[in-house]
Amino acid sequence: MNVITKATVLILVLATAACTNPNRFGAGSGGAGAGADVGVNGAGAGGVGSVSDPSSPMFFNQTIGDRVLFVIDSSAISQEGRAILDGQAQWLLTNADYRAIIEGHADEQGTREYNLALGFRRANAVREYLVSRGVPSGRLEVTSYGKERPIEICSQESCYAQNRRAVTVLSFARIS
Amino acid sequence: MFYDMVSKSGDNRQYRPARGRPNRQSKAEMMKRVLTLLVALFLAGPVLAQGGPLRLTITDGVIEPITFAVPSFEAETPQAQQVAQDISRLVVADLAGTGLFREVPAAAFISQVSSFVQPIAFSDWRAVNAQALITGAVTARGDQLVVKFRVYDVFSGQEMGGGLQFAGTTAGWRRMGHKVADAVYSRITGEGGYFDSRVVFVSESGPKDNRQKRLAIMDQDGANLQFLTDSSTIVLAPRFSPNGDRVLYTSFESGFPRINVLNVASLGRQQLSTAPGEMAFSPRFSRDGQSVIYSLSNGGTTDIYRTDLATGQHLRLTQTPSIETAPSLSPNGDQIVFESDRSGTQQLYIMPANGGEARRISFGEGRYGTPVWSPRGDLIAFTKQNAGRFHIGVMRTDGSEERLLTSSFLDEGPTWAPNGRVIMFSRETQGAAGASALYSVDISGRNLKAVPIQGAASDPSWGPLQP
Repeated sequence: MNVITKATVLILVLATAACTNPNRFGAGSGGAGAGADVGVNGAGAGGVGSVSDPSSPMFFNQTIGDRVLFVIDSSAISQEGRAILDGQAQWLLTNADYRAIIEGHADEQGTREYNLALGFRRANAVREYLVSRGVPSGRLEVTSYGKERPIEICSQESCYAQNRRAVTVLSFARIS
Repeated sequence: MFYDMVSKSGDNRQYRPARGRPNRQSKAEMMKRVLTLLVALFLAGPVLAQGGPLRLTITDGVIEPITFAVPSFEAETPQAQQVAQDISRLVVADLAGTGLFREVPAAAFISQVSSFVQPIAFSDWRAVNAQALITGAVTARGDQLVVKFRVYDVFSGQEMGGGLQFAGTTAGWRRMGHKVADAVYSRITGEGGYFDSRVVFVSESGPKDNRQKRLAIMDQDGANLQFLTDSSTIVLAPRFSPNGDRVLYTSFESGFPRINVLNVASLGRQQLSTAPGEMAFSPRFSRDGQSVIYSLSNGGTTDIYRTDLATGQHLRLTQTPSIETAPSLSPNGDQIVFESDRSGTQQLYIMPANGGEARRISFGEGRYGTPVWSPRGDLIAFTKQNAGRFHIGVMRTDGSEERLLTSSFLDEGPTWAPNGRVIMFSRETQGAAGASALYSVDISGRNLKAVPIQGAASDPSWGPLQP
């Protein structure tokens, strides 16, 4: 039984705290109040820069691939996923000014709570993989949207397969 | 609160000590001599054991609804005309909506009850097969409203309990109607009521891939809907405090799931502190409202914690690499039921409230999640997923007598009515145009119906009976 006493349990919610990463790029889910720089639906949102510029977020999102997919109930990273994450790790090591939030998602087959935990498990699996490839853990955060932000909306496996994903969302922040 | 009782003389000439059933002439004849005796006894003092007072026992079997009549309540002031009618209709709607009662429509009435104090012509109500009769009177002055009512067992010619009156404001007339209906329900079933209670839930709008969600609160029948938050961020799974003054919910306003405490009256919000890299969700209040049990995800695992709201002390209750979530305390606060996939799939477990060894209670086919302990302590409601379908079900606290109450493409998130007899839940339809709505169902599986709400809705949490 761990007892962790924290100095302050309750902190006031700041009305302005809409997003911790205002400078994020690409396909993040970013909550319901999607800002102009956030592509809520993911697939069509390429991020900024040019696909032909290897140091641009658009290159990361589209050429390398910003997401990996999972099978039902699993957070195991596939062979194909590892190839994408190897590319992501390389890019992050090259472009050290970027941080990333890894967003885990689940399909709609499951209860809300379980899917939140499952999405977190997926995001964390990606984070651990990227760290194992040398990306400093301090540049990677994880969150989960559970089944709250599907990108495909049919109720069939073809859509579910796209929704069971972990998306690496870049944000620009110089590490001090 | 008790309204002073008028003479209970009534019309006892055809008194029949039978359970509420249509009168049979021959029996009435046969019982004439007995009747004389009983009437004398009745006039002499309180009647003790009646042959069969009107009583509906809520069981799992098929129930023949009790028939009841509600003559429009008397308006004791001119201003009360409309509200007296409205309250009468609401009492009818509440009772009939349970499926346990069936209204005798006004068109069938032989006699009217024009005055609250006049003797009841029970024979006229027996003739239309009304087993229960509810009379009332309403006084409205300015914004003040007084409602008084009586409940009669028509076939015994007895009043059930004394008259009662409720005072309130004209704006709160629905609550007073619900209170009357609660009292009638209680007197006839012997159970607590649930009509004068509220539900907090998530109001949904927008397409499936960009759903807007905001917290809302309403009366349990869908009336008086108010929004508690805007839709600027995803909010999930609100949970009432035991006395209904606060609501816990999960918010994404920081980009990470965090738990907020919302004061229902002031709409002031506070956030449960969570360290960077942690996600907190699936909160519920302890029975004293002083602490929160919830899930915390850190480093890929999700465990159950309790935080004391006053001192900020965190206590970790589970320590496994698996997912532990959806904790719900027993009514006496000494045990927690929760879901875990430690066996490989989601199943239900019970552990002591301070953590410790957990025992699995779900063993049927499929996966079990979102367990919620009944306020009566006797049952646990849950979401079950099996063979591509979702169900709301109940089981005893040892896992026995599992009973599935619903079946659909996606049912989830049960919440108990304050009396532990009705469950509300979310039902989402299939496909790209799929939308969520709230439904309620009796623990017997009967009386499944949609809660009338404008727009889509999910994640209901049923609050306590209001004072």
